[in-house]
Amino acid sequence: MAKQFGIIFACLGIGELLALIPGLDIPGSILGMLLLCLLLERGWVRPQTIAPICKFLISNMAFFFIPPGVALMLYFDLIAAEWLPITMATVVSIMLVLIVTGRLHQYLHRRLRPKRR
Amino acid sequence: MIDLLKNPLTLITLTFLIYWGAGWLQKISRQSWLSPMLITIAALIALLKVSGLSYESYYESGRMIEFWLKPAIVALGLPLFNELRHIRRQFMTLFLTELAGCVVGIVSVVLIAKWCGASPEVIRSLAPKSVSTPIAIEISRQIGGIPALTSAIVVVVGMIGAATGLKMMNWGHVRGPVSRSLSMGTAAHVMGTNRISEFGDRYSAYATLGLILNGLLTAFLAPPLTTLLL
Repeated sequence: MAKQFGIIFACLGIGELLALIPGLDIPGSILGMLLLCLLLERGWVRPQTIAPICKFLISNMAFFFIPPGVALMLYFDLIAAEWLPITMATVVSIMLVLIVTGRLHQYLHRRLRPKRR
Repeated sequence: MIDLLKNPLTLITLTFLIYWGAGWLQKISRQSWLSPMLITIAALIALLKVSGLSYESYYESGRMIEFWLKPAIVALGLPLFNELRHIRRQFMTLFLTELAGCVVGIVSVVLIAKWCGASPEVIRSLAPKSVSTPIAIEISRQIGGIPALTSAIVVVVGMIGAATGLKMMNWGHVRGPVSRSLSMGTAAHVMGTNRISEFGDRYSAYATLGLILNGLLTAFLAPPLTTLLL
């Protein structure tokens, strides 16, 4: 347990430090994720070492979203005033992303299919 | 009574209990759109409003839970590593797909909000809407949005995506399992991934890939694109 959390938080810590570099506009947690992936890829950390903690954190992500969701109550006024642009933009954009991503992937997958042995 | 409710321990316990109850409710009703997270958020807001408590009284307990979002993002490094094999083999396909999804997501939400007359701060809060909360919050802060509004919008996007995404894709003729999974992860982050994961591990892997790649690309592209469009 300690080892697993140690690895995760070390990656996060180093990621947050790197994020302080001026001009590097990437959140520290993302850099931490890339760092963890690099450690695994280099073989410095074995996947089975951190798998239980990673599975736990990822499968409970929805729970960690609750507090930012409750913060919605702070913005009822702003949302009441601008609900139409927010809803329109959000719904149309989700639909566009779903369809453009999906259709383009279907198309490219057929076109650029890697050669199978 | 109110003092007891104000105690962070009480609120954190309530959060766990409501979430547990909501999960049970989803199971017995077999309604997948009844997301335990959504029910818990609604129940907690109602509880705070009814008992006249402000968000600040929940903040102390909330912070302890929200704290785990960042390590959870780091943990995504493991599925990313597991997908490296797929990424290498289909690099161009995946990269172009995700690039298009990311750009379409940012440009469409910014332009539509602008045309509908949203204020600049709201538009900036909307730009990173498709990526998961911790990433979106950081991006929103960077480009001058309201981080809390962004996190709320991100949750709403996840809910809409999880509830209607599969129908939208049927309507748009997105049929391939891999394409559908990628789209759900790209458009509706963790919650979209959760929804499509019900079909199996392969779906979950590609949705996670969509979620991670879009998070990365949005972190790089949201700042220049919003500056350009506003």
